Amino acid sequence: MSSSELYEIWVYLQAEPLFWLTLTIGAYLFGDYCYQKANRFPLVNPVAISIVVVATVLFTFDIDYERYFSGAKFIHFMLGPATVALAIPIYKKWHLIQQNAKAICVAVFLGSCFAVVSTYFFAVLLNIDEQLMLTMLPRSVTAPIAMGISDVIGGIPSLTAVMTITTGIIGATFGAFILDFLKVTSKSARGFGFGLGSHGIGTAKAMGTNPEAGVFSAVAMGLSGIVTSLIMPLFMRLIT
Amino acid sequence: MLKGIFFIFLFQLVGEVVQKLLQLTFPGPVIGLILLVIFLLITGNTRSKLISKSFEQDVVNAAQSILSYLSLLFVPIGVGVVIHVSLIEDQLLQVLALLFVGTLSTIGITAWVMQKVQGRAERKMQAGDLPANKSINEKINEQIEGQNNKRKGGADEQ
Repeated sequence: MSSSELYEIWVYLQAEPLFWLTLTIGAYLFGDYCYQKANRFPLVNPVAISIVVVATVLFTFDIDYERYFSGAKFIHFMLGPATVALAIPIYKKWHLIQQNAKAICVAVFLGSCFAVVSTYFFAVLLNIDEQLMLTMLPRSVTAPIAMGISDVIGGIPSLTAVMTITTGIIGATFGAFILDFLKVTSKSARGFGFGLGSHGIGTAKAMGTNPEAGVFSAVAMGLSGIVTSLIMPLFMRLIT
Repeated sequence: MLKGIFFIFLFQLVGEVVQKLLQLTFPGPVIGLILLVIFLLITGNTRSKLISKSFEQDVVNAAQSILSYLSLLFVPIGVGVVIHVSLIEDQLLQVLALLFVGTLSTIGITAWVMQKVQGRAERKMQAGDLPANKSINEKINEQIEGQNNKRKGGADEQ
């Protein structure tokens, strides 16, 4: 087989979703393999590993992100149904949510306020541009809500998505250490912290460690989205 | 499983339509999630035959198989993060510092507060577990004791 023939096959593959889907799933399986091999040690984050693997391939062969995403979007599409599917664990553990109704209300309100205020505070402290600060304000809620809020308050929605995903990965990777440090042993409280601070990626992590933690994480993710959308206009009035 | 997937897609679809109709800033899938929880609570509590047990099991199975790969679904958009990092090159360190400190303190404080409130609620429940038919005198005594304890607690803090 001549090299021009190989090149033609490569060109053909690049245009098809199959290659990008295979690459994404392969990279994830590799990331998950590393995670399992490391006895589920939090620093070995399967999402971060698979992102690095895929990004390395894209950089090496000089491929546009848009081209990759046009194939990988079928995996991305499933995020919507997966969000809806979170209804099932929430429904199954509904009694736990009722029992903890008060704790949930207090934690979601304080946590959402803290996430926004601390972002503002550190942005001012670190001399970050105003527009970049606005872009980062809603970073702790789930990406679609964060992008919507960003648009309303004058941030850059696509960059907000970047901040949101990074926040999620940081929280899922390092969150367990801070929770151990603060001696938070309650499964539900740990899950709630993950969901509030690092939305879906934190929820995926919590779901993988303990079903109860996963449920509270999903609840925190949904509620913090609502609360943050509501408090943001008030907060904007305060800082301008 | 196909019925389950259909059902989940259907709720997302309804969620998206509701979002567009009411022009909410809230994403369609989250509305779908809330609607599905309400739906399941209604069918679960009233035993009305909106969907059969086997149908419900089908939805549960489909949801569990999607959720077991939840992490994978963040990879395509996550790759975009690495690619777009050049947009904030000049402030990268500050941004990373903010994300680290902000995220970890948010997770820590939220979980810590939640655990505190849970602990308090649990103690209250244990105190409330006493027999229901006690005399009014006992109740009054208890209240006085409670107030004394509160005062003591306040004094200790000071």
